Order: sequence, then structure tokens, then C-alpha cells
Amino acid sequence: MHKLLKLFLLILGIYVLLKLPGLLFGLPVPSSLILLYLFFAAIVTILVMTTSDASANELFSPIIALLEEPARVRQRNTIFVILPLFAALITYLAVRPDSEGVVGFRSVHPAPPAVIEAYGQTYDLGTLENPLRSLESSEPERFRSYVKEGGDIYFQNCFFCHGAKLDGRGHYAHALTPRPLTFQGSDTISQLQESYVFWRVVKGGPGLPKQAGPWASSMPAWEGILNEEEVWKVILFIYDYTGNKPRQWSH
Amino acid sequence: MGNRLDLSHHINSRSRAGLGIFFCPGVAVPLLLLLSILFLQVIPAHAFSAETQVAQVSSTVESGAVKAVEGVEVKDKASELIKSYKAGKSKRLKKGPPAPALEAKDYPVVEGVSPRVTVWLAAQMHLWFAAFVLAVPIFVLILEVIGMVTGDSRYDRTAYEFIRVSITAYSITAITGGLLLLSLVVFYPALMGYLSSVFGSTMLGYGLLFFIESITLYIYYYGWGIMNDGGGLKRLHLFVGLLLNMSGTALMFIANAWVTFMMSPAGVDKMGAFQGGVFAAINNHLWSPMNLHRFVANIAYGGSIVGAYAAYQYLSSKSQASRAHYDWMGYTASLIAIGALLPIPFAGYWLTAEIYSYSQQMGITLMGGVFGWLFIIQAVLIGALFLAANYYLWCGMGRAEGGNRYTGYIKYIAIVLVLSFLVWFTPHNIVLTASETSALGGQYHPWLKALGLMPAKNTAVNIMVIFTYISFLLYRRSGKASTVPWASTATAVEVGLFGAAILNIIFLGVYYGYYTDNVYKVVSSIPQVMTTLTVILLSLCIEWLIFRRAERAGGFTWGRMPDRSQYALVLIAVSFTWLMGLMGFVRSAIRQNWHVYSIMKDNSPEAYTPSIAYAARVVSFGTIVFMALIIFIFWLSSLGKGEENKV
Ligand code: HEC
Repeated sequence: MHKLLKLFLLILGIYVLLKLPGLLFGLPVPSSLILLYLFFAAIVTILVMTTSDASANELFSPIIALLEEPARVRQRNTIFVILPLFAALITYLAVRPDSEGVVGFRSVHPAPPAVIEAYGQTYDLGTLENPLRSLESSEPERFRSYVKEGGDIYFQNCFFCHGAKLDGRGHYAHALTPRPLTFQGSDTISQLQESYVFWRVVKGGPGLPKQAGPWASSMPAWEGILNEEEVWKVILFIYDYTGNKPRQWSH
Repeated sequence: MGNRLDLSHHINSRSRAGLGIFFCPGVAVPLLLLLSILFLQVIPAHAFSAETQVAQVSSTVESGAVKAVEGVEVKDKASELIKSYKAGKSKRLKKGPPAPALEAKDYPVVEGVSPRVTVWLAAQMHLWFAAFVLAVPIFVLILEVIGMVTGDSRYDRTAYEFIRVSITAYSITAITGGLLLLSLVVFYPALMGYLSSVFGSTMLGYGLLFFIESITLYIYYYGWGIMNDGGGLKRLHLFVGLLLNMSGTALMFIANAWVTFMMSPAGVDKMGAFQGGVFAAINNHLWSPMNLHRFVANIAYGGSIVGAYAAYQYLSSKSQASRAHYDWMGYTASLIAIGALLPIPFAGYWLTAEIYSYSQQMGITLMGGVFGWLFIIQAVLIGALFLAANYYLWCGMGRAEGGNRYTGYIKYIAIVLVLSFLVWFTPHNIVLTASETSALGGQYHPWLKALGLMPAKNTAVNIMVIFTYISFLLYRRSGKASTVPWASTATAVEVGLFGAAILNIIFLGVYYGYYTDNVYKVVSSIPQVMTTLTVILLSLCIEWLIFRRAERAGGFTWGRMPDRSQYALVLIAVSFTWLMGLMGFVRSAIRQNWHVYSIMKDNSPEAYTPSIAYAARVVSFGTIVFMALIIFIFWLSSLGKGEENKV
């Protein structure tokens, strides 16, 4: 098989492979990633094919022949018409108006402020800890009962959005953009310190910094509804239920 | 084996090639001194350390200038100060003033000039040149030693040519340093005043070291030919080189202390008042990781710039002999660059972990917030560096007569590299369209999200490092044939080692990264790195044993590289430059609206964080200017080489 054809088929194959999860399982690989993956796969393939002059010549010879050989003027002109049309088509598909919203660089976990004001006092997020956390070892009984209370609070307030399984798929979730976040899995709240979660619950969407698009988030600010202790309890619950541990550095 | 030019060409052309002399000690040093004096004039009075104040008061008192008119109070205060000053010459008063709270009027306005961009670009230019200029003498010295030990004159010649390239850059480094200082003093006088109340003593040391560095550099460079007697003078020359490196590295460490102090201040109280121990301020939380990261990265960067120089000369060479020379030079430089590149991800990891542990806010701003997107660009650029390096090695197999034996493996290496690379830059937080979000039911792709976390990245980068090393190994082998009977057994052992290492790395990454507590996630990266380093060292030992008495299977024919490979060298240099600029911006910007994090607020109109697009434009502009200057320098250094190409 000719090298150029091989290159073409390889890229096509990778493209199909990347599309499969979306077609078969309804879990599309994001198009932004497909583009990046394809780009690098193509680059590396070209690199491998051009490590020696001989193979580079083989790879490019059909293109050069197409461009230079006087006899192939027909082919050449056809391709010179088709290529720009193809580019135009892609451009059109990319910019044509549709119901998709604008894709923004939203960060899901923006940097928290250094301090927050809530419940009439100032919290330093750098040092703030969950006051109930220490009970886990000192008074396991009481700790369990707080977790349970946290569970009640969760199902009275949060589960509509964050879901009965805490997987971010509550009843309302499908109507919201951005989606309520899942607490399941080792890559969610276990990446965060409890002070961070406290801030997110207490200040909600409106308390987000500008880069995170506070206007977009539907996460309510709970400071007017839940008191401080209730917030800490529900935090205990969401960690406990999902089997996650809050992020810690020093110990 | 290559061509042998003798050094006299370089020495003959010295007067022409070393145009740097017109820029440098004659201009730059006095310029810098002048600026320092200017600087001391401009800084506000409160910035002078208590020491100076005591000295001033005491001289006034002793000359009887304090008269009754000024009241007893003044005199009492003065004599008190004198008493405590004289109480112990070593135990002097050193506490500094608190950090000033600044207002708009503290920021001088120059119509039509943006202070931030001015300081930004000046600092960036200075840093690029300084990184290059600091790094080159390090490996020049090493090459010189190798040349002396092996008696292979190519090393000496290449070393000399390396330093010649850096000499013009040295003057530009001094000039940009002066510009940086000037722009800081003009636009941020209060900040400079405060910093000098903490670091005043180190600033003097800095000036002194700079002086030593300049002098040793010029002796080292201009004395190269004269001192090349192969005996005592050569040793003295090496010693001068060592001094040069020591002063250069010390300079960088001091500057790093200032910069890291601004991120993680130490040695001051809550109000920012200096507590007297300058070493506490120097040895702040981020100083050591920053020193390591910059030191290693500078070497890689220096190597990459010299590699670009060799590529430039290779592509413009007219004779086979000079192609051979520059091919060899490019190869040596790229080895330095790649060798130093391998540990950088780990040094960077340490620095990041320390930033997190110093301040959660800074850590999340760095990796999780808007700057997270720059880390994706960083990942892509680092991947590009690895790819370019591998490509260069693959092309290099063409130098060997026996190269074809190994070219078949290239595609397998490439497949592994691509896969690791894709993991390496897959972001946790992916750009999604609305329909993708609803199809996925959330912000994350259930399969791909695991690739976004650090354990996956660490695994990928370790595998990338190992396979880059394997490319190097195959390249080396392509020029040799072993004579020992057990060579194939040893090779099998090596293959087994690599296999075991890779399995171990994957296991560590997957198990500790995803099935245990968060604490282990960070920790698991250390055994991964150790595995990589161990397997590379073991393999190097085995290779050495196998090929100790190897015969050359045709050896390498230098100068037989396709031109494309040279562009890989250029790409490495450009990517490095851009990468340094972008990540340097991030490093500095995570302080957000602080001059000195948590102690001294930036209250200037430009205290906000610019958009990534804007930052990328500024950095890209800087990169273009820098590359233009570098090409100019290459051209200058090639002026004296006219006759060489005719050899
Ligand atoms: C109206 C729907 C809604 C309700 C009710 C709601 N949330 Fe949320 N929550 C969201 C959305 C949407 C997000 C994520 C979007 C964003 O980034 O702001 C979110 C994000 C969060 C986060 C941040 C997670 C992370 O990984 O950063 C936490 C913690 C959280 N919610 C906790 C709660 C708790 C606790 C409750 C109940 C007291 C609750 N939420 C109730 C919609 C909701």
C-alpha cells in the first residue's frame, strides 16, 4: 500500500475509533478532544514516515507529482476546486447558527477567595476545618448521628439537583447548564478540602469568581437557609455516602 | 571521522566574532552600576533599613548638630538609637518597616506606557537571555573537562564555539537586566523600596557577583586559546570556568529569592515588617523548589538554543566538512537539552506541590482555575518537545551504516509515545458543547475523566521518558556492533527490565492513584520516578558493559542528516522559549492582586488578572522578539566564520 494512502486510512481509522463511544454508548468523546487527538496522531505518523529521505520522498511523491506533472493538469484542477469547497463546507458547519450555546472556558473548580464572610463572621479558607470531623475518631457514635442528620438535610434540600445517588443526576439536573456536579468517584470532592466545599455550599453560584461564570451556575447560596452546623453536617454526609475523604495536605 | 578543523581559526577570527566586547564590560557594567545608584536615590525614605537611619542619626549627633531647639526628645531618641547601635556591633538593629499600603499616587504614570507590560516584557527578555547565558558555561565547562580527559579535540572546539555564541547574549542579558531594573524603579518605586528594606544586603552581593561573573567570563572566553597548553594553564582555565559558574548560579539563586519571596514571603511579620534575618527571607517556602526547577530548566534551555544555532549553521553550511561539524554540535547540544528535559517534569511537580501546600488558593488558581487552560498548552508543548527530540534521534539513525537494523522499531515507540502523550494532555475539565454535556450527563466524560488526574499524567510522563530513552538507546546501538558473546542475553535482560519497570509504573499509577486515599496519590509519584531513573541507570550500565570493546559497525557519518531534522532542533528551541514565557506568566500571575502575596497589595490600575488570550499575545510577541534577537546573534557569531566554510 502506498504510504500516503496508509496515512490517510490511519487517520480515518483513528477518527472512527474516537467516534465509536458516542455512536455505540451515547458517551461522545468531546469534539474538542477529538480534534487534538487526531492532530497529534497525524503529526506523529507523518514524523515516523519522514525519518529518512527515502521514505519521505515516497510519502510526498504523489503530491509533488500531482502538482508538477504537466500531464495531470485535469486532476490538479479538479482537486484545486474540491479542496476549497471542502474547507468552505467545514467552515459553514462550524459557524452556522444552531441551538447550541457558546462553548466557554468555564472552570469547574475555580480558585476560592482567601477569606469569606458568612454567619456574621470571617472564615479563613486557608485554615478552616470541619469542626465535626474530629468526632470521627473521638466519638464515632455522635459522628454517625451527625452524618445521618446530614443525610436528612441532603434529601430535604440537595437531592433534586445532585441526585438520590449523589451522582449529579437529580430530577432537575437535565434542565440545568452547567449540570449539578457529581460527588461520586475519586476525582470529585476528594480532590477538595472541606473548607472549599464549605465555601461552595455557603456561597453557591452567586459567590463564584468571575472566571467561573457566577451568572450561569444554578447552585443556590445556602447561607440564608441552612445554618453553619447544618452545612458542616451535610458535608460530612456527602463525603461519607460516597466513600470519599476530604483532601488534606499536612497529615 | 568528521573533519578536524583546528582551533586557530576561531582564535584568528576572535576579534571579529567577539563583537560582544563593544556591548559588554565597557557599557553594561557601568550602566548597571549607574542604575543601581539611581535606584538608591529614588526609593522612598521609609525603605531605608533601620541600620542606615541609625548611622545617619549618629553622625548628626556626634557632629553636634542636634541643638536644643530641636528639643530633648529628639536627642533622647537619637542617643537611644546610638546606644543600641553601639551595644553590639554584631547585634545591630535590623527590623524593617511594615509593608506600605499603596494608593494610586504611589504608581507613577507615564502617558501611553503600560507599566505592567513594560516590566513584564523586560523581565521576560532578561530571563530568556539570562537562562541561556547561565546555562551555557555549565556544559561548556563539562565539555572542556571531557575534552581534556579524553583528548578528543572536538569537545574543546565545540565548547569554545558554545561559549562564543553566548558571549554576545551576555551583553544583551546585562542590558535587559538594566532595563528591567529601570522599569521597576520607574513604575513600582514603592514595591522596590519595600523589597530593598528586606533584601538590601543581598542586592549589594548581587552587584558584586555580577562583577565577578563578568570578569571570569571574559577571562574564560578570551583566554581560551592562550591558556590551551594542556597543562597548568589549562587547569587554571578550568578553575576560572568553575568560578564563572559558581557566581552565575549564585546570582540566579539570589534573584530567585526575591521572586519567591513575593509568592511565599518569609522572614517578615504579618504586616510585612522585616524581622532581621535575611536568610529566613531568602529561604522561603518556594525558594528551593524554584532553584532546582530553574537550574535544570536553564540547562535544557541553553542546550536547545545552542542546538538551534548548530541547526542554523548546518542549514547554511556549504561544505561537507562544516556540515559534519555542525551536525555533531547539534547532536551534542540536543543531548544536553533532552537529558536535562527528562527530570524537569519531576522538578515541576515538586514546585507545584509546594505551591499547593503553601496556599490552597494559589494552588487552585494555578491548576484548577482559568490558568488550568494554560497547563493544557504547556502539556501540548512539552509533548511537542518530546516528539521533536525523538524525531531527531530517529533521523539520526540515518547517520549509521547499520541504522536500518533498528528503524523497524520506530513505529512501536511512536505508538507508545502518542498514547502517553494523549493521556498527558487530556484535561480533566474538558471543553464541552451543550449537547455533549447533556449526552454525558455532566461536566466529565465517565471514561476519560480518570485521564485528567495527576496519577494518570505521572504515569504517562514516566513512560514517555522511558521510551525517549529507548529511542536514544537504539540510536546509539545503530552505530555499533558488540563483540561480547553474551550480548543478546544482556539485551533480553534489558527488555525484561523495561517491561517490569513499565508494569510497575502503571500499577503504581492505577492502584495508588485511583483505589486508595488521596494522600497516596501524591506520594505514588515518587516510586514511579525512582523506577524510571533506576531502569535508565541500569540500562546505561549494561550498555556500557556490552559495548565497552565494541567495534564500530561503520560508525556514524556526521553531516548526513536530512534538513528536516534540523527544524526539529529549531522547534525545540522555540517551544522552550514560548513555554518558559507562558508558564512564567502563570507563576507570577497566581499572586493575583498582590505584589507580595498576602502582605503587600497591588493597588495599581493594572492589578487585575489579564485574560489568557491577552497574556498569550504578550508572551508570543516577546518570543518573536527574542527569537529575532537570537538569530541576529547567530548571524553575528557566524561573521567570523567565512574562511572556515571554505576549508
Ligand atoms: C438548583 C439545583 C441545586 C441544588 C438544590 C443544590 N445544588 Fe449544589 N450545585 C448545583 C450546580 C448546578 C452545581 C455545579 C455548577 C457550578 O459549578 O456552580 C453545584 C455544585 C455544588 C458543589 C460543588 C462541587 C464541586 O465539585 O465543586 C457542592 C459542594 C454542592 N453543589 C453542594 C450542594 C449541597 C450540599 C446542596 C444542598 C444543601 C446543593 N448543592 C443543592 C446545583 C444545585
